[in-house]
Amino acid sequence: MTPQIAMFLVLAAVAVAGAVSLILQRHPIHSALSLITVMVALAGLYLLQGAEFVAAVQIIVYGGAIMVLFVFVIMLLNAGEEERTNMSRMARYVGVPLGVVFMIEIAYWIGSATLHLNAPASGVVSTRDLSNLLFREYVFPFELTSFLILIALLGALVLARREESE
Amino acid sequence: MNEFAAQHPILVVALPKIVVLLFVLLTALAYLTWFERKVVAHIQARWGPYRVGPHGLLQPLADGVKFLFKEDVTPAGADKFAYFLAPFLALSLAITSIAVIPFGPKEFSVFGQSTPLSITNLNIGLLVLFAITSMGVYGVVLAGWASNSKYPLLGGLRSSAQMVSYELALTMSVVGVILMAGTFNLSEIVNAQQGFHWGFVPRWNLIGSPMPQVLGFFLFFTSAIAETNRAPFDLAEAESELVAGFHTEYASFKFAMFFMAEYASMITVSCLATILFFGGWLSPFPQTPIWAWTHYIPAAVFAAAGLALIVHGVRYITMFGRVVLPAMGVALCGLGVLCGQPGVLDFVQGPFWFLLKITIFLFIYVWVRGTLPRFRYDQLMGFGWKLLLPLAIFNVVITSLAIVWTQR
Amino acid sequence: MVPTSYFLVLSAVLFGLGVIAFVFKRNILTIFMSIELMLNAVNLAFVSFSRALGQLQGQVFVFFVIVVAAAEAAVGLAIVILIHRNRGTLNVERVDTLKD
Repeated sequence: MTPQIAMFLVLAAVAVAGAVSLILQRHPIHSALSLITVMVALAGLYLLQGAEFVAAVQIIVYGGAIMVLFVFVIMLLNAGEEERTNMSRMARYVGVPLGVVFMIEIAYWIGSATLHLNAPASGVVSTRDLSNLLFREYVFPFELTSFLILIALLGALVLARREESE
Repeated sequence: MNEFAAQHPILVVALPKIVVLLFVLLTALAYLTWFERKVVAHIQARWGPYRVGPHGLLQPLADGVKFLFKEDVTPAGADKFAYFLAPFLALSLAITSIAVIPFGPKEFSVFGQSTPLSITNLNIGLLVLFAITSMGVYGVVLAGWASNSKYPLLGGLRSSAQMVSYELALTMSVVGVILMAGTFNLSEIVNAQQGFHWGFVPRWNLIGSPMPQVLGFFLFFTSAIAETNRAPFDLAEAESELVAGFHTEYASFKFAMFFMAEYASMITVSCLATILFFGGWLSPFPQTPIWAWTHYIPAAVFAAAGLALIVHGVRYITMFGRVVLPAMGVALCGLGVLCGQPGVLDFVQGPFWFLLKITIFLFIYVWVRGTLPRFRYDQLMGFGWKLLLPLAIFNVVITSLAIVWTQR
Repeated sequence: MVPTSYFLVLSAVLFGLGVIAFVFKRNILTIFMSIELMLNAVNLAFVSFSRALGQLQGQVFVFFVIVVAAAEAAVGLAIVILIHRNRGTLNVERVDTLKD
């Protein structure tokens, strides 16, 4: 076993454990912490594949902004533990087995369909190449995403603002 | 030994480097508290710590012992896991960020293995630093939430909102520097600042070409102070409103960990400000033969400080001080003599200027704390979003315009 | 080096766990988090394919996914706050006034 594969196995185990913990934890904050663990492990996996910039962005944006927003809202709403209802029993006995079957299914098919792909050569993707691609070839979609962010910002403001009491 | 080192470079080179740096950093943290108390005291016309050891030099040690032996209380109804996780997260992230900081240009060799003066030299060093900083907010948030108490909760909410807001301005303010250097690698950013205007004014990014980053520097330092939750932006721990903010319910060593995390991030910010805007380890003097005498500045500074300490020490009030202070003076003089030796002379240049610049920034940090009153919370958010962020974007725009203009 | 199929299987497993979390969890916030988990799994697949095919387009796409996720989180959390304000609960089954 090469060090890379050992590294992969460790990070994969952390990611899967985090995802399982996201399902099993009953308090939203603990679920959020589990998800942060998954994201950090994924950043490690990106580094393993030489995608430095994506790894950094993953932690900065997902870990440092989106998940902070989640945790912030959980604290703001003082969300307590999840309650169990009839529906959740149905989800447990029907939904979860189906979900597990689905998971095994896609994992199996994707795994068997891509086994012929050779292990690619190692190499670090330079940020310069990436930005050349992003700001030359994909500059129009890039500008569109900035509009998307602006619209989302306005939408969030309008939605979360308290109605002026008449 | 050399063969063993060649086979296990991590074991022989990287590990000792980490241990040494950690040791130095933790000592520096302890004495930074002493430094801060002394400087703030003198700003307020007091003496500061004076009783424990000569000039209170043993105060950090006494504080550490006190922290260790205090009772470690966990509040009732606290979320145990998150309550324990928060201080560990805060401290470990704050300390990890020092790993990418380069302290000097020279490589030194250990058992035939050449290695740079930093733990690691990454292509995306700056981004890694920002990634680590952005995770640091969880320590604060979790501490506030897990304590199961109102003041920590309010403090945690405040400071997480503050840190997330100011992170934007912080990141945008360094884009100008990245544009001018064309890299995220911290060593290369420093190397890009070599050279002099008219032969004697250093081309550091602060006054660099094509676009001096004066605005960028002020934005960076202001938002960095806010990001590290220091005065005048320390609303998360405004004593008069929130007791001590997010760490109200923490006692003993867990409190000390938050404390150390705050000082460690001060050091990181000072390093970063030095690297990005003040030429890192570069000497402010040109490297021409006329200026060769400036190489002896480190030696002269150390020797002079040592002599002053000896002269002052022998007349100190206590017997203990009359022994310790001159001994320290002699050690400093020895260091000065060592720095003047031909082999050491070259090597010591980078680290000396780097540490000097860091010390100046740490002093400014303390100076700001001793001078400016605290912001109100709505002023703080308005300041970050309505002033710093637009100015940072403006800085990016004019810097890129200047670069395009000069490259045409 | 690690074969690409390893990464893809991991991505599929994470996606499946996201689906399970989506149907199993009752709290709107955690349901939201499971969507983020699925997006992350997809990002992993993009990066792996990008490396396997030696093309950078996959990584560029990851940026777009992250941007969309950020926008989605902002709007979605605003909606969650609104629901909490109007209904006083975060349980998806209690938000069923349209049904009655």
